[in-house]
Amino acid sequence: MARVDVRKTYKLYIGGAFPRSESGHSFEVLDAKGRFLANAARATRKDARDAVAAARKAFPGWSGRTAYNRGQVVYRIAEVLETRRDQFVAELVRSEGTSAAKAGKYVDAAVDRLVWYAGWADKIAQVVGNQNPVAGPYFNLTSPEPTGVVAVVAPAGPLLGLVSVVAPIIVTGNTAVVVASQTHPLTAITLAEVMATSDLPGGVVNILTGPTAEIAPWLASHMDVNAIDLAGVTDAELATSLEVAAADNLKRVRRAPASEPDWLETPALAAMTDFLESKTVWHPIGV
Amino acid sequence: MPTQSTTFDYAPAPESRALVDIKASYGLFIDGEFVDGHGDAFKSINPATEETLAEISEADDADVDRAVKAARRAFRSWSRMPGSERAKYLYRIARIVQERSRELAILESIDNGKPIKESRDVDVPIVAAHFFYHAGWADKLEYAGLGANPQPLGVAAQVIPWNFPLLMLAWKIAPALACGNTVVLKPAETTPLTALLFAEICQQADLPPGVVNIITGAGGTGQALIAHPDVDKVAFTGSTEVGKAIARSIAGTDKKATLELGGKAANIVFDDAPIDQAVEGIVDGIFFNQGHVCCAGSRLLVQESIADDLLDRLKRRMSTLRIGDPLDKNTDVGAINSGEQLKRIRELSEVGDAEGAERWEVACDLPTKGFWFPPTIFTGVSQAHRIAREEIFGPVLSVLTFRTPAEAVEKANNTPYGLSAGVWTDKGSRILFMADRLRAGVVWANTFNKFDPTSPFGGYKESGYGREGGRQGLASYLKAGA
Amino acid sequence: MPPTVPTETPGLAAYADVTASNTTLRRFLHGLPGVDQVGAEARAASLGTRSIKTTAKAHAIELAITMVDLTTLEGQDTPGKVRALASKALRPDPSDPTCPSVAAVCVYGDLVGEVKQIVGDRVNVAAVATAFPSGRASLEVKLADTRDAVAAGADEIDMVIDRGAFLAGHYLQVFDEIVAVKEACRRADGSHAHLKVIFETGELQTYDNVRRASWLAMLAGTDFIKTSTGKVQPAATLPVTLVMLEAVRDFREATGVQIGVKPAGGIRTSKDAIKYLVMVNEVTGPDWLTPDWFRFGASTLLNDLLMQRTKLATGRYSGPDYFTLD
Repeated sequence: MARVDVRKTYKLYIGGAFPRSESGHSFEVLDAKGRFLANAARATRKDARDAVAAARKAFPGWSGRTAYNRGQVVYRIAEVLETRRDQFVAELVRSEGTSAAKAGKYVDAAVDRLVWYAGWADKIAQVVGNQNPVAGPYFNLTSPEPTGVVAVVAPAGPLLGLVSVVAPIIVTGNTAVVVASQTHPLTAITLAEVMATSDLPGGVVNILTGPTAEIAPWLASHMDVNAIDLAGVTDAELATSLEVAAADNLKRVRRAPASEPDWLETPALAAMTDFLESKTVWHPIGV
Repeated sequence: MPTQSTTFDYAPAPESRALVDIKASYGLFIDGEFVDGHGDAFKSINPATEETLAEISEADDADVDRAVKAARRAFRSWSRMPGSERAKYLYRIARIVQERSRELAILESIDNGKPIKESRDVDVPIVAAHFFYHAGWADKLEYAGLGANPQPLGVAAQVIPWNFPLLMLAWKIAPALACGNTVVLKPAETTPLTALLFAEICQQADLPPGVVNIITGAGGTGQALIAHPDVDKVAFTGSTEVGKAIARSIAGTDKKATLELGGKAANIVFDDAPIDQAVEGIVDGIFFNQGHVCCAGSRLLVQESIADDLLDRLKRRMSTLRIGDPLDKNTDVGAINSGEQLKRIRELSEVGDAEGAERWEVACDLPTKGFWFPPTIFTGVSQAHRIAREEIFGPVLSVLTFRTPAEAVEKANNTPYGLSAGVWTDKGSRILFMADRLRAGVVWANTFNKFDPTSPFGGYKESGYGREGGRQGLASYLKAGA
Repeated sequence: MPPTVPTETPGLAAYADVTASNTTLRRFLHGLPGVDQVGAEARAASLGTRSIKTTAKAHAIELAITMVDLTTLEGQDTPGKVRALASKALRPDPSDPTCPSVAAVCVYGDLVGEVKQIVGDRVNVAAVATAFPSGRASLEVKLADTRDAVAAGADEIDMVIDRGAFLAGHYLQVFDEIVAVKEACRRADGSHAHLKVIFETGELQTYDNVRRASWLAMLAGTDFIKTSTGKVQPAATLPVTLVMLEAVRDFREATGVQIGVKPAGGIRTSKDAIKYLVMVNEVTGPDWLTPDWFRFGASTLLNDLLMQRTKLATGRYSGPDYFTLD
């Protein structure tokens, strides 16, 4: 008799823990051919609220770490992800219906992307910060600082797309609340398991699954969120309404791309700098 | 119920040597393999006990040529490998250094004589950090500020000193490899063991053969390496005298050079300094690594109004330094690296006596075997004294005084060297005023002897040229691409 | 230890001008050398890496036990609870008569008598006073609180300073209060209860403030300076204790008067306690390595010291079930 497999319950990822939605609701996730894959937790506005609180709580500690340490943590995520390569390939094949070869390429690229961003942790300030030769006896230095809590509407690319938007946000010291791709939410939760076992402090990345159109507006209007990345918003009307809501506390908005980018390409620095503030310090020079 | 105070003697707390396995003899590491050298083998000894640790091969001219050829062969594929892939090798090395950190620290202390607490808490962690940092640059070189498509130079000949054997190796190899160069590195003849263990780490990391070659020997081997016609880049850390000879020897060639040479740093303490931390900084500045530090704060410039108080505090603090077995976890000051260096320290100290400076040294029992020199300060030193001008490279501090910031600047800069300087004051604007005027490549304010891979290090004037670390350090291993 | 009163000590006479007015006191305290936070914390951490093994460890643990001010300062304290603690103070390890007693039992003033009945003169009784822990009461109430505890037989008084006044720059007010409390420590026979002044360093926030508070209290005639009440986080830390040890060291250099130091709160393990002893040893020197000049304000620390002591004696790790919970 064939062995009956044990199936995993997919939950949310908030503050380093894996709670079910406070509502108790879930929704069906289907594979590429429309067959049932699993039930995912259906996050509500209260889950979004909790996730923002967790991200805010994690921000001082995470942004206060040395860049070197953040780099090592992000590199650790890459290490752990590499060891789960087969699992992710299988998941991508199931949920996207792609070939194992193509899925493998995307998993490899996701690992490499994390490594690439890990290296930026202690370099971004050296590339976008600078000393300013002001006309006077003053020392004047501009350096980048993380903006705070960043809400992310994740793109459809279940692994590489997600990694490509989350890594640049956290490597500089921000914390994130991510609304996972509505069609491919399961990989996001599996990635959360990787992050939970990679020295990443709880609350730095929080992942919600459920209908984007329901959850994202609560994040866009949340007054304790500092920025929002609309990478995964495909509905122009929704994108505009989220940007309007974000204006209430002048969130930094990274607009949705015209079409899903080719995530295999090396990203531009804007993925990081869009969520950085520049701070300029003046100090007199004299005896 | 008054009770009698008792002395609190720390029992010996030796780090176990069991973790390191020193072989009877070592060959050269060329093209990914250990091979015998063809020169006259020499011995590496433990400077704390004078026991022979191992027999080390000497590379002759033919060995040097073999190593350079191996590096040249490896350069073709290594330089064309995508930066993201080169990065992964460097990350692997960083991780293996972290994994084998205690082993490396113990071996470094045995071979060099530095205290285990320093090799464990300073040298080895910074080595790992250096590889980690530069790994991250390998696929980001277009952001280094050298144009869109910077190119590696080729084969780098790297000659390093004995004061921070593994750390200097990391400063040399990490940026060279990240930028796509291949290297032939020669460690100092008195401290080759950690470099040879590093060769094993390269093997564990599956680094392609020839990318890193390590050849051992003395000055002659170093000269042959630097003079080799197929070397594109020379990187040297050591004495100013040798640095000048290297600069002469590469004149008229296309070889690029980075030279990190001697220093005679001023550590300047103003009367409003955070006094207890300044005392710590002075101690760290000159007694860290037995004073075998090119950027050591070997000239203390103290404002006259606090000189007596500061010296009292300094002497009291020095009396708590623990000198002895480098492998004891409580040792603060270890052994002088070699009999030759000890001789030089003694000679210059005697010159200090003869020139009329007043010597004060920590009263302590020094081991009978090995090379030892007690932490020492000279007061009443003037700018004209040789101990104020020449690099002693040992635990000997010359104390001078000043009255005004301008005088401090003048005295600090009145030297052919310009590697580093220290400023101690609670006043921020004065720190920046001093930093503006000090002719030194590194200025530490209210701290001293701090190193980080992100922070460029290197000197003005006769302390050398080029920088190591940070974005500036990459420029030493890259040229603008087409 | 002989009582020290400012005016009777020649070394302190030189500082009479300093405490003449709030302006002069302020000028003096703000003229003390600054403390660089990063450097002080690095020094404390470096001392924390000392490796204390075998015989040195045994010596340190024995010494640490004799320095413990075994403390309970809870609203729920009862006579029964403090009597149990007093018994523990006398015989920390009932199974081992060679185990030394602790230095003192530290309780609220109203429970001094209960403790005294058990310990007699064999272990000191310390009472917290002056509207502990906040220090928010009138001077009259604080003095009455102190006199009450002294009358009940307290050997030592742990007072809190008025942090509000200190942070507002009313240094002379804080100074005068300490002088007055010291006076209230006087017994009928002319002797004094030993005075410890608590700064609540977690509320003073900066090391510069800790150094100023230390000098202020020492000039006012305290016998000991103490970090914390244990009711505010952070309580005792190594760097704060470092700054206080530097202050008592410098004060003795300047005046000839030796003052004790008591870190309190948050020291729970033998490993921590040993780090403090290393710091005392290397910053002030061995003159302070006795219960007369250094104390630990702690409760759970004692059992860990006992467990480690047993480990050294037996060679195996012990467990909490083998030590009394009091």
